[in-house]
Amino acid sequence: MLLITCPYCGVAAEETELHGGGEAHLKRFGPGSNDDDFTSYLFHRENPKGVHFERWRHVNGCGKWFHAARCTNTLEVFGSYSAQTTEPPKDLLDTIRAKRPGFTWRDLA
Amino acid sequence: MSDVALALGGASFEGLVKIEELAGQGMVTLRGDLTDKAIAAGVLDVFGVTLPSTRETVFAANTGALWMSPDEALLLCAYNEAQAKADELATKLANVHALVVNVSDARAVFQLKGSMLREVIAKLAPVDMSPDAFSPGMVRRTRMAQVAAAFWMDDASTARVVCFRSVGEYVFNLLSNAADANASVRHYST
Repeated sequence: MLLITCPYCGVAAEETELHGGGEAHLKRFGPGSNDDDFTSYLFHRENPKGVHFERWRHVNGCGKWFHAARCTNTLEVFGSYSAQTTEPPKDLLDTIRAKRPGFTWRDLA
Repeated sequence: MSDVALALGGASFEGLVKIEELAGQGMVTLRGDLTDKAIAAGVLDVFGVTLPSTRETVFAANTGALWMSPDEALLLCAYNEAQAKADELATKLANVHALVVNVSDARAVFQLKGSMLREVIAKLAPVDMSPDAFSPGMVRRTRMAQVAAAFWMDDASTARVVCFRSVGEYVFNLLSNAADANASVRHYST
């Protein structure tokens, strides 16, 4: 059971009130991009055992999309943050580095 | 208002709490940046209430405003005034990025009355209903069993539940079942 705090309404929302939206911070490659970039955008995903950054939607609530960082192994939730960003906030990364020294996720470490 | 076609025709149930389908609650949805001063001024003009802050409610004599999300509020008024008020507010906000719609007939509203209402709601929604965590003046948009619903408390023994009209019967049956006289858990009783 996950309890993720929605950054918009401040509710510690229980998993059934939310809907997962897959990996966070994907950069879109659309028409005009090369095949490798498009393939990677469309199909290649992180599948970490440990720290993961995901998109979530507070579907039975304020309806907003947001980002959350959690551990896929222990289900510990490190924090949530606005969807209007291309990378996790620094203070959240510092928290995760302190709790999971040496974690890597894409080019984050 | 005999001409209001209620979802369940004013159904009621008496158990741990008294559940009643409210006759004709006027509801107007407002979408737009709730921190926008022009929107706040328009709402104050037409509905006589200030816009609520996060997860709060504001009530005046027979109007009210409920916080739904950072860019959505549900405005309450008398049923027969809803359309006129929605039109008036829409006209006032014509030059602002906002949307105002009368949704009175798209929703069903139930009133729960009784000291056990926290327990009845807690059985159905993933919400901490302890008096420290949820109190009158707050609104919670969540789910009840399988459908979306919102509820707020008018006072310690009165709550109102709003859901979509299409699932009104489902929610009424859920509430009635949770409020069955033989189904008390007494989790919140003092």
